[in-house]
Amino acid sequence: MTEGSVKFAAPLKIPGWVNYALIPFINLLAALLISGIVILIIGDSPIVALKVLIYGAFGYPEAVGYTLYYTTNFIFTGLAVAIAFHCGLFNIGAEGQAALGGIGVSLVCLYFDNLPLWLVIPFAMTAAAIFGAAWAYIPAYLQAKRGSHIVITTIMFNFIAASILTYLLVEVLIDPNGQSPESRHFIESTWLPYFHDFIAMPSTPLNISFVYALVLSAGFYFLVWHTRWGYEIRVVGQNETAARYAGISPSKNIILAMVISGALAGFVGINELQGVQHRLILDFTGGYGFVGIAVALMGRNHPIGIFLAALLFGALYQGGSELAFEMKSINKEMVIVIQGLIILFSGALEHMFRPKIEAAYRRFATTQTAEAG
Amino acid sequence: MMKKIALGLLATAALTMSGLAVADDFKPAIVFDMGGKSDKSFNEAAFNGVEKFKKDTGVDYLEFEVTKVSEREQATERMARKGANIVVAIGFAQADAVEKAATAHPDTKFTIIDMVVDLPNVQSVVFREEQGSFLVGMAAAMASKSGKVGFIGGMDIPLIRKFALGYKEGVLYANPKAEVIENMTGTTPAAWNDPTKGSELAKSQFDRGADVVFAAAGGTGLGVLQSAADEKMLAIGVDSNQNHLHPGTMLTSMLKRVDVAVYNAMMSAKNGTWQSGIQVLGLQEEGVGFSVDEWNKGVLTEDMIATMNKAKADIISGKIKVTNYMDK
Amino acid sequence: MSEQSPALELRRINKSFGPVHANKDISLSVDRGSIHGIIGENGAGKSTLMSIVYGFYQADSGDIFVNGQSCHIENPQSSIKAGIGMVHQHFMLVDTFTVLENIILGVEGGYRLSEGLAAARNELIRLEKEYALEVNVDAIVGDLPVGLRQRVEILKALYRGAEILILDEPTGVLTPQEADHLFRILDTLRKQGKTVILITHKLREIMAITDNVSVMRRGEMVAHVKTRETNQAALAERMVGRSVLLQVEKKPANPKDTLVSIRNLNYLDADDVPRLKDINLDLKAGEILGIAGVSGNGQSELLEVLGGMLTPTSGSIRFEGRELVGSKAFTARNLRKIGLGHVPEDRHRSGLILSFSANECTILGYHDKPEYNRGLRLDRKSMVETCQSYIQKYDVRPPDPYLKASGFSGGNQQKLVLAREMEQNPDVLLVGQPTRGVDIGAIEFIHKQLIMMRDAGKAILVVSVEIDEVMSIADRIAVMFDGGIVGEIAASEATETRLGLMMAGVRETRPGAKEAV
Repeated sequence: MTEGSVKFAAPLKIPGWVNYALIPFINLLAALLISGIVILIIGDSPIVALKVLIYGAFGYPEAVGYTLYYTTNFIFTGLAVAIAFHCGLFNIGAEGQAALGGIGVSLVCLYFDNLPLWLVIPFAMTAAAIFGAAWAYIPAYLQAKRGSHIVITTIMFNFIAASILTYLLVEVLIDPNGQSPESRHFIESTWLPYFHDFIAMPSTPLNISFVYALVLSAGFYFLVWHTRWGYEIRVVGQNETAARYAGISPSKNIILAMVISGALAGFVGINELQGVQHRLILDFTGGYGFVGIAVALMGRNHPIGIFLAALLFGALYQGGSELAFEMKSINKEMVIVIQGLIILFSGALEHMFRPKIEAAYRRFATTQTAEAG
Repeated sequence: MMKKIALGLLATAALTMSGLAVADDFKPAIVFDMGGKSDKSFNEAAFNGVEKFKKDTGVDYLEFEVTKVSEREQATERMARKGANIVVAIGFAQADAVEKAATAHPDTKFTIIDMVVDLPNVQSVVFREEQGSFLVGMAAAMASKSGKVGFIGGMDIPLIRKFALGYKEGVLYANPKAEVIENMTGTTPAAWNDPTKGSELAKSQFDRGADVVFAAAGGTGLGVLQSAADEKMLAIGVDSNQNHLHPGTMLTSMLKRVDVAVYNAMMSAKNGTWQSGIQVLGLQEEGVGFSVDEWNKGVLTEDMIATMNKAKADIISGKIKVTNYMDK
Repeated sequence: MSEQSPALELRRINKSFGPVHANKDISLSVDRGSIHGIIGENGAGKSTLMSIVYGFYQADSGDIFVNGQSCHIENPQSSIKAGIGMVHQHFMLVDTFTVLENIILGVEGGYRLSEGLAAARNELIRLEKEYALEVNVDAIVGDLPVGLRQRVEILKALYRGAEILILDEPTGVLTPQEADHLFRILDTLRKQGKTVILITHKLREIMAITDNVSVMRRGEMVAHVKTRETNQAALAERMVGRSVLLQVEKKPANPKDTLVSIRNLNYLDADDVPRLKDINLDLKAGEILGIAGVSGNGQSELLEVLGGMLTPTSGSIRFEGRELVGSKAFTARNLRKIGLGHVPEDRHRSGLILSFSANECTILGYHDKPEYNRGLRLDRKSMVETCQSYIQKYDVRPPDPYLKASGFSGGNQQKLVLAREMEQNPDVLLVGQPTRGVDIGAIEFIHKQLIMMRDAGKAILVVSVEIDEVMSIADRIAVMFDGGIVGEIAASEATETRLGLMMAGVRETRPGAKEAV
């Protein structure tokens, strides 16, 4: 009775490499093509621009360091958005959760700086997680118990987080000797070790939080697919009625997923502040929370996909800087246009080519089978 | 898959890079801060200075506009590594980045505007904004009929409070009974670029009786000046000469010659006369001042100009003491 | 008319999906002005065949003739042009639009919507009259009951000029009354000269309405017969390739202790509408209690309350003497732990997660049991092994524990759910619509399993809208109407007429007193 598979999943299964490699690659290609046309219109060579972009992202050790440093932030926010996605939630608030996480990290690094580094690191991480999680908890609670839509509340909470950060920096934590709204520097003993402290490479912002991000990716995979908590989160995300049927509380899991999400987003503060800036500053979240949405979408909410997407965006950030450096006609706005196009094609228009590619693959596969048979 | 393409293109790309590396003997570089070189204010003044340098000498320059916090460090570091002889960093926020790059590249010259970085290869240029503000404050007090004048700052940071304090002292110097209404636009960098809010704040100050308003608020100031023109009130511009924007309602502009500072830094570096250390540009050095041109002719009367020039001489001679907010 | 060429003729249609040969050399001839039934088990290839006719798929080989003309159908548009209309099993309607707006969707005609709407309104009213298809054209589709929505789909096809109308499992979602009404409509259509193709797996419907019937089995057409020259048993045998017992063989029940006793149970929904009114029921060990009734009369709520998904407003539920209402045990999770299994009415909505693999569905609701966990980890190996054993025992096909739930046919999905709930060996099993959308072979299997559980001394509650099913499987039958129990009779005393009256809300017996109506 092989007909079983006919009625429901009538079309034949699309293999993973089409889904996870070919389609994203074609989306990326389309984005680059359009960017190329734009560059051509402003009178420059798209080929040179692409070379500069790629060289700037991967061409020399320092570039790689910067690319991976950006990648680290995107892994944190990508995972944050993805865990919420698994629970059927659209967390737009990673930006604000990251801001709060950064405040937590800074408080530890500013006020517990007499502790040894091996204690400061777990303290700061815990603070980042707790602050980020707390910031996500409120919208999660409102969604779970009051039905306030999480998209709206998390957007609002981004604004509130930005205001809290500004208030603290202008009125409370500002360095009394400084001009700008920044805290004083953390003392050196609280800084996260850089990669260039261990291995021979030029000085870059890349620090051990990159390793931490990779460890968290593995943990994410384990949690989502290999624990009963991840199972419950996924059940709620896929089908809330079935969750209630199975005795899985949707509200409990909404809160759990969001709290994990907020904690993951909060770790941006570890990389940015404890790792690189060594002080609390305004706008250190730099849009990572928003790009995290694209990273999660592109990465299909799977840690490997998220790593690759984060790497792509890290490369775009770093390669984009290089473009602005090397090509006069390409200013910062142009770089944003290119990044925007890639987000557009890989995220928003993700399904544009999919049906055609799948159909083409089916035709191809069917002919193959026919020939083989 | 990016990596695969990368491998294929690396060789050619590397060639292009090394081609760029061979350049003229003198290579100046400039790093603009967030806001970008077309912000109609501070960064744009710096851009005008570097453009003038290019026109006068024919020497091209490297430039970068910072869009992310992390790029500041990368940009200054990178300019130094690309062999720039002098790197000019615009804005106080770049102090940290300059400090790091200057330590790592002791042979490269750095000039930072609006902040002091104490290193042997760094030239710090700071302005005595309070002196220029003092003079335009006097002008405001003299031009005001109501005896109430306004101040609209951008982001609430010490630098802007420095403007505000000098202005207030100038107002009270010219008219001890005058009242100053003071507003800041906001507490985030967005406050530098919110002309709508600037316009609202100006209107509310006019409602409260002010008839002259001084905008020290970057792009936000454009809204303030517009509002004054609409309500037929007087306004004072900042940084660049903004008199031409609304002839007839522009009393004057408080000049802060960032363009001159950038131009001088590059020129002196080219001529070999560049010196590290702190440069304080006040009235004496013509680093700050007020603008008199065809656009504010008659608005800023000859009498006012005479009084202001007298005060200027007194400040330079030390007869008038203007308080620096930072020294408080 | 009969001398003319057939309305639709298929010659040697073949279609494969990868290694699966879904349609093998199918030939079919449908007479004009007739109702032609196509019957077969789920997954026999009926829907694939009709999807080819309607242009969703293209055949690998073979020809389609409409009115004797060879017809190349590439997509639904060309099919509509050829005068073929299709009413899908799952309606393709926009819930927030009015009937009128839904019907002109895609054929608005011009940019000015108002003109198109006015013209369409007149045409629709004419069609409604001609075919006795009364629907308020200005009603919002989302507000209409299922039966009316189906009429909208039929109107939609007629409005597009369909001469041949294909209905895919049209009664699957209908109450018996609605189904009867549908058959009257189909009869009118036939009288007006339209050709109707009815895809179904219900023998009764074929016998009731069709002129001719074609039987499909495993992708092949195995018989074409005139309906009046055949009978249900013969057709059933053709469908499954062996004779099946429509009536389940079972020994008389041997009821023992009351395991669950429900007293004065009430439930108000979120809008304060009473959904359950003073329900009194007893579930006894070794007995199957059947709940009959037209769907939407509180059966779903009863199941959900007993399953711990809804909290009753008042009343008492005692489980083995222990009061559940208000106690901590009264959650879906805890009820499972104390021995209450629940096969939900709607396996898509609640029994399975369609995007999960079969083995992940195997632990739904039981995922925190120690045998599926090793410390923090879910024990994937044990999940797969368990799933494998269910697949074997319940003959689930294809036997692939890694296949996504959506990849199984309806009957096999139901078997997965049943296996999961039965294999926990619960003392009480709630079963909603045990065989909805399930093919005959599987129905028989499922019924046998339920009776085996009964004979093992379990208490079973079966809710079904299929009267035949309740009558054949239950030992005692309670009928629900408007949230209350109309009456309770022994299955041996039940006839379709008696139950039918009770389902219409006519009280026959009251507990305690026997009075005829």
